[in-house]
Parts: sequence; structure tokens; C-alpha cells
Amino acid sequence: MTVDMVEVARRIRRDVIQMIAASQSGHPGGALGAAEILSVLYFDKMNHNPKNPDWPARDRFVLSNGHICAALYSALARSGYFPVEELLTFRRLNSRLQGHPSRHDLPGIETAAGPLGQGLSIANGMALGLRLQNVDAKVYCLVGDGEIQEGQFWEAAMTSAHYRLNNLALILSWNGLQIDGAVADVKNMEPIAAKFQAFGWNVVEIDGHDIPQIQQAFEEFSRSHNQPTAIIARTVMGKGVSFMEDKALWHGKAPSRDEAARALQEIGPSSFGEDLDIQFA
Amino acid sequence: MTVASGRDGFGQALVDLGAQNHRVVALTADLAESVRVHWFAEKYPERFFQIGIAEQDMIGTAAGLALTGLIPFATTFAVFAAHRANEQIRLACCYNRANVKIAVSHGGVTVGEDGATHQALEDIAAMRVLPEMTVLVPADAAEARLATIAAAELEGPVYLRLGRTPVPTVTDGTGDFTIGKAKVLRAGRDATVIACGVMVGVALEAADRLSREGISVGVVNMHTIKPLDVEAVVRAAEETGCVVTAEEHSVLGGLGSAVCEALAERAPVPVVRVGTRDTFGESGTPDELLRKYGLTCDAVEAAVKLAVAKKESLSAVHR
Repeated sequence: MTVDMVEVARRIRRDVIQMIAASQSGHPGGALGAAEILSVLYFDKMNHNPKNPDWPARDRFVLSNGHICAALYSALARSGYFPVEELLTFRRLNSRLQGHPSRHDLPGIETAAGPLGQGLSIANGMALGLRLQNVDAKVYCLVGDGEIQEGQFWEAAMTSAHYRLNNLALILSWNGLQIDGAVADVKNMEPIAAKFQAFGWNVVEIDGHDIPQIQQAFEEFSRSHNQPTAIIARTVMGKGVSFMEDKALWHGKAPSRDEAARALQEIGPSSFGEDLDIQFA
Repeated sequence: MTVASGRDGFGQALVDLGAQNHRVVALTADLAESVRVHWFAEKYPERFFQIGIAEQDMIGTAAGLALTGLIPFATTFAVFAAHRANEQIRLACCYNRANVKIAVSHGGVTVGEDGATHQALEDIAAMRVLPEMTVLVPADAAEARLATIAAAELEGPVYLRLGRTPVPTVTDGTGDFTIGKAKVLRAGRDATVIACGVMVGVALEAADRLSREGISVGVVNMHTIKPLDVEAVVRAAEETGCVVTAEEHSVLGGLGSAVCEALAERAPVPVVRVGTRDTFGESGTPDELLRKYGLTCDAVEAAVKLAVAKKESLSAVHR
């Protein structure tokens, strides 16, 4: 079945708004910004089986910036890992959809995440473990830009390169914002491509909302022989909702009912799947 | 009586495990020989991962390896795992329920001359409070060997605390070692010393000496700090009416605290805790440090006498 990635991305955005508005809690900005990347991973690129989430030969997706998990939960539910209706339990008591991902609660979650800067280390371990066991699977790790201020991230970046993990792709969602403002002001991380090159990575720079560019980047990744691949994806925080775009305020703020209705209108309908059963208008 | 360090027992056991189970892998953060994982590295280079001086990364990497079905032993010094990588252990290992074994040497003041920076006196406390974590403190090299094998067989995160300095082997090393099941090494009537690590041997010696003074002291080897063998602790309290704890660790948060917590709820009796007080260690030889920080046979004997006196004064009040 061929799926239209644009429609999937729109569906993820609608889910993110509906989930976060329903629970009046969550992180819409980064989640909206990752919609295309997650669409391509879960509906095009990754070799995975939602009916057998522990299949040993599956490709792994490691979300490092766990706070954007509303988008991941949407991608998982829409792939068939758990019922779509469950998305509306997000962040509620007794839900499997924890505020930040819990591996042992929800099928499809490869690791817990939330405390920043840890995902790449875990992804490295998976890549090493798969290679040691001769499993021809890939590991995809999504990180935010603010979180690479964590020292552990660069420890891990050295490990990936040292072990020549060509079965690992890092996707850096580079939206230029973090909680306290612009990354460039809080603590500048540029020049970012040069940093990864200096650390021994294969570097690809793309527009993180351009689906053909994302697909092309993963093609380049699969051709990397002896280096890990860093895909620096320029993204827009809050992408698709004009009043959220490029505003650090929307890192961790839930939209009101009225704002949610406006957001859904701007995102527009998706032909992929049905809306969640909640109205804001 | 042979003399060997906990880390030696661990390192040899890991080599044997490597032969028996191909899922066993090892990592280190530039301390391969210090933690005795170099024997494994020489024998199974493809299953050994040198991570460099990056303990937080090592713990995350170990968790990732575990999540592909392997059984990683991540090795470093106690301070650098339990403290420096504490949050990584909490998230990547415990919350994930990842099958990672954190094997650390340099627990306690017997680290010696390196001083306070390298002497973990708070690591048991830091690891004990983490949900899902199992904490093992074997008494000697022979028991370290058994603990290593038991840790590999248990599904879930384990903190295995090993000593740097050779100590007399006081356990037989052949009996069964069950995680969470204390070993009663000696029965007593007047008091029970519940000890872990190098203090087990010290407690046995103290019990010997006290018996010559007519004081009958039981000794329990509490090699598993978590899950604590509460029944063994309660039994000791009920049988002897007072308890002494002995550990090469702060009296805050470690074995002494765990025993007090159990007894306060189940069988309140006088407890005297032998361990370092609320302090850092310092440089010196292991023996000098054990003396200065009150981790000696004399200290355990004094603690037993104090516990017995407290018990007797309590029973005098009740009479």
C-alpha cells in the first residue's frame, strides 16, 4: 500500500493538536516540527511490524527528545501498534501514553526518554548489539537541537564514529529554539555541520519538512560504508500552525479549545485516517 | 585462607560466563584492567566495548545493547557509575527495565591512597533507592564470583559492588548464592551482626573474639542489599534481641539504613550501625583507613557490646 506522506504528516499534526488540547498538557512545538520525519520513518523507510513489536530484526527508532512524544504516539497508533482511540488518554492517569515515553508500558517504544542528551548513547548500543548479532537492521535516532548542549550527547557522537556505526542515522531536528529562547542566544551550537564532520560523521543537510529531501537523506544514509550519518534537518517549531511557528512559547504549552480549533483549521483535513473523537469548535 | 579482591573474583567469573553464554558482553570506560575486565577483553574482543572516559555514555550504550537481547556488564569505579551516571542508570537501565549489570570496583575506603574522590561511601544508598534495581555487595573474591554468575542469570538491572583491595576469603564460594537470600554464617544468642562486603570477614573475627568473652554473636552475610532479606533480619532481631550492622559505606542510606527500616516496621530492637559517619574518606593505606574510619574488628566488638547493653537496659525498664 502506498501512502501519501503529506497526508500522514497532516494526520500526525491533527493528532498532536487534538491530544494535547484534550489533556491540556504537552509539547506541541517540537511534535509539529517532526511530523514529516516521523511520517517517512514509520510509513516508508523503517522495516517494522506493529503486530510483532519485539521482532528482533526490526529497524529501531529512538526518540531522544522524549517531550515531543505526542507525534511518536500518533505515528505508532496510526501504524497499528495500539488502538487510535487510546491517543486521547495521553498524559492521563493510568494511561500507557505517558508524558514522556515509557518503554515497558507501550508497544513500539524502544526506550524511555525525556532527560535530554541520552538517546544517542542508547541508539549506539542498539547499533552495536545488532551488528554483533549479525542482524541487518538500522537504528534511527531523533534528537532536538537544544539537547545537544548535553555533554553526554558528544560522548555518544564520538562513540558512533569510533565504532563506525554505518547502521545508525541521527536526525537532528534543528529548529533553533529551546525553552529559554533561541539556541544561538542560550548557548550557540553553530557551526553544526562542521562539528559533526569534525567528529567523523557523514553529514547530510536537508529541509526537515520536505518529504523527498528526507527520503533522499535516508538513501544517502544507506550508502554510508564506514561512518554514522547525521541528518541535519532544518525544521520549524510549531510547523503548520501560524501562531505557533517559530515561537519558543509553544515548546511546552497546550492550546486552548479555541486555539486548537484554529490550529486544526490551519492544518486542514487529512485523507489518511479519521480524526480523534473530540471537538473544539 | 586465600587472599583476593572482589574485582579479581568478578573478572574471572566474567571470562567463564563469556564461554558459557554468548549473550554476555562487557564495556568499560578506560578502566579495563582496574575492574579486571581485561581478561574478558583479551578472550572475547568482539564482545568487548571500550567506551573511553565517558561513563554516562557507557551506561546508555549498555542499555542499548541490553535492549537487543544481550547481557552487558558495564564496568568502572563505583563513584563514576553510581554518582556520575546516576540519572543514566535511572532512566536507561531502571525505568527501561534493561538487563544491564553495572559492575564496579573501588567501593569503600579500601581504595586507599587515591583518597576521597575515588572512595565510594554513598553508592549503595544512591543505587538502593532506584526502582527495579538489585544491589549486590559480595564479601570476598569467592562470593564475587557467585554474585557475578547470579547477576547474569537475573533479568533486570543489577549493581554489583566490588572491592579493590585483596581481603581474606571467608565464604566457601561453593554453596548456593541466591539473590535476596542472606547467608547465616554463624548462630548466636546475644546479638547478631548483619554485614556486607569486606565487613563480613571482620564480623566473623569479632564474633570469634567475643565468644571468648562469653558473648554469643551471630553473623549474617547480607550480600544482597536490595531486595533485602527482611525475614532474615527479623529473625535475627527476634532470636538475639539486638542487631549490629557493618558495612564499608556511610551509615546513611546503605545496609544499616535498610536494616533499620525493616526492623522499625517489623521488629523494633536496638541497632548499632558500624560504617563511616557522614563524611568523606581520605588518602592512606587501606588498613590505616579502616582503622581511622572505624571499620575494624574492635569497632564491631564495641558496637556489639553497646547493642547488648541497650537491649539489657530496655529489658530492665520493662521489668
